[in-house]
Amino acid sequence: MTLARVVGTVVATHKHRKFDGAKLLLVQPITLDDQPRGTTLLAVDSVGAGVHEKVLIVIEGRAAGEALGRKGAPVDAAVIGIVDSVDVSE
Amino acid sequence: MQLAKVIGDVVVTRKDDNLSGIALLVIQPIDAQGAPAGRTLVAVDAVGAGVGETVFFVRGKEASFPFYPTEVPTDAGIVGIVDHWDLG
Repeated sequence: MTLARVVGTVVATHKHRKFDGAKLLLVQPITLDDQPRGTTLLAVDSVGAGVHEKVLIVIEGRAAGEALGRKGAPVDAAVIGIVDSVDVSE
Repeated sequence: MQLAKVIGDVVVTRKDDNLSGIALLVIQPIDAQGAPAGRTLVAVDAVGAGVGETVFFVRGKEASFPFYPTEVPTDAGIVGIVDHWDLG
């Protein structure tokens, strides 16, 4: 799993039927000190996250499909949690 | 998934049987600002996208799921056409 910041929302009327009703978020993976890491991704939202929130995402097909709760969905990333805080000692 | 711009198509006559009838498009991944992000790639098209359109695509085995039960040998697939996106 990876920490990310929600940076936007995507509207797509014409999409694969397994996405019907799913919310699509633009997420920017971040480092522990909140710096952008890599490119922006699209993730399905299973927890009701909003723009600017720090979230936990999975970037793997099976896990994302389970988060969406649909078998056989062509997804590879999902928001699975809204982060309250991250504490790192060391 | 990632946003991308469809920039071309690929014609492949001799190919895996399970790719028959499936469009292969050249896409350029883009970032949240719409700027190119990373290398271009070839993706199967599950939604009828065309050159010039902004789409989103999925990487990995899941790209073949729209064609189930056909086991399409692909690692990237277009699964949606983007109307617009909003940055917070």
